[in-house]
Amino acid sequence: MNSAVRLDYQIILNWISHRSSVLDLGCGDGTLLTLLIKIKDVHAQGIEINENAVHDCVTKGLNVFQQDIDTGLSEYADKSFSYVMLNQTLQQVKNPSFVLKEALRVGKKVIVSFPNFAHYSARISIFFKGKVPVTPALPYAWYNTPNLHFLSITDFKNYCKKKNITIEDAAFTARNKKIMLLPNLRAEFGFFLLSNRLKNSKNIH
Amino acid sequence: MKAYQCGALERTNILGRAKELASTELIEKTETKYFTFANPPSELSLEFGGKLGPITLAYETYGELNKQKSNAILVLHALSGDAHAAGISKNDGAIGWWDNLIGPSKGIDTNKYFVICSNVLGGCKGSTGPSSINPATGKPYGIDFPLITIGDMVNAQRHLIDYLGIEKLLAVVGGSMGGMQVLQWMVSYPERIRAAIPIATTLKHTPQQIAFNEVGRQAIMVDPNWRMGDYYGGPKPVKGLAVARMIGHITYMSDVSMEKKFGRRFRTEKEPYKFGAEFEVEGYLRYRGDNFVKRFDANSYLYITKAMDYFDLLNGKHLRDVFKGLKAKVLVIAFKSDWLYPPYQSQEIVKACKLAGVEATYCEIDSIYGHDAFLLEIEEEAHLIKHFLSRASNDQRPGV
Repeated sequence: MNSAVRLDYQIILNWISHRSSVLDLGCGDGTLLTLLIKIKDVHAQGIEINENAVHDCVTKGLNVFQQDIDTGLSEYADKSFSYVMLNQTLQQVKNPSFVLKEALRVGKKVIVSFPNFAHYSARISIFFKGKVPVTPALPYAWYNTPNLHFLSITDFKNYCKKKNITIEDAAFTARNKKIMLLPNLRAEFGFFLLSNRLKNSKNIH
Repeated sequence: MKAYQCGALERTNILGRAKELASTELIEKTETKYFTFANPPSELSLEFGGKLGPITLAYETYGELNKQKSNAILVLHALSGDAHAAGISKNDGAIGWWDNLIGPSKGIDTNKYFVICSNVLGGCKGSTGPSSINPATGKPYGIDFPLITIGDMVNAQRHLIDYLGIEKLLAVVGGSMGGMQVLQWMVSYPERIRAAIPIATTLKHTPQQIAFNEVGRQAIMVDPNWRMGDYYGGPKPVKGLAVARMIGHITYMSDVSMEKKFGRRFRTEKEPYKFGAEFEVEGYLRYRGDNFVKRFDANSYLYITKAMDYFDLLNGKHLRDVFKGLKAKVLVIAFKSDWLYPPYQSQEIVKACKLAGVEATYCEIDSIYGHDAFLLEIEEEAHLIKHFLSRASNDQRPGV
């Protein structure tokens, strides 16, 4: 893998196969999709609510819909994309449960990443300082954060178990390095490759 | 077949502006050309039945068609537009209606693309319409002119594209009724376009849109000078047509843009009678109405608005089937403050693209100008169109 590529992008790139199709929910300025087209030759479609970000995507030659992802998936047929991505998006939507369900319907596989609210720096901030954490992974104050939902890696794993969502693979990072041990305490971000497929070995990690 | 003389539009104003801009990025001396086809016995079959011919289309072109004939873009005009989309007219010095978008180094770059724009069938700017001479009688058609549809307009354009020797257009682009023609091209001739840009438009006219058009038509038809459409050579139904245009202009603006433009300000020169145009907004609408009648034919207004009202691309079909198999890339643009063709109608177009698996992009531009934004909010629109076109012309990779 290209070593110049950011670690979070590398993790996602590793999961995506050549010439597959990708729907990126909350694709921002389209940096990751552009990378996926360049390296993996994927067929890409983005959905993004911010007008300026949409203009950036069009500048990059991407297909993008300026839409709210809380409502934007209903026209897509079941399994119409190889992958649906929610890269740092799920915690910002109004109804994450519904969006994840729709993503799993539309995509054969779903990639989810989010900041881990149970990282030790966040725990210290709440427990010792009594303050809502402002950390490199959660860089916003309570009054200006775009994050509507706060979840931990353990929360997400439990949710997947409850909803019979298969975790096909997972990766965790902090300060641009992979975390193998105690991810719920030590990782700033969690990355999950999900599917609806029922497997014997249900949970990795 | 020479159409009824429509008169020049605000000539002195335009000439002044033309001189001011001539040194910058204008195409100078554009010329309207005429293409006549459907000569009997091979008249054009119309969607409502019946045949029409011969048909003349007035058209203009800008830029050069390349050797492969792969850089042609067809621009489609709205209700009151014409073939003169860009540059300074050789005839009367008028500047094209979409000149801020089309020209050298502009959103639709005439250094790269060959741009074609024709006046619609049923129009009064050089193309065959109700003010043209009916060969059967030697007099203007009037309301003997057959009812036409957006589909008929597009079929006529296809003849022009054939005549120009273009097998496949790089793109079809248009706003409002121009956008309806874009959508019609996507359905009627999907194999003849590589990209489509429908702007501020709809898959079908809604009751509200039909209602506004009907009030305009009623205003024309109750004018005593209308005389069942037989007014050529006598006084024209200018009062009715002016009122129709005033209604139109209200629907093209937004509450916010009107507040900004006029507020509750009074005009400086007041008229010495009750119910004169006292507010600036009244003066503006009257000015717009009075100018419109100098350049537009009332019967064309009736026929074209009716064609818009009949427009229903679905026509009983399910949304998922309307663009089935379409290979062209699509860029859909809407404007937040447009209440005549609200963004939800553009989102329906997007839905149809998604259902059909068509490669598409949708952008909702934040503008205060209402429906007029597609002619005014040029910077964002040009940015989107420019990059979308450059991808469409470079991208030879088939859709996955």
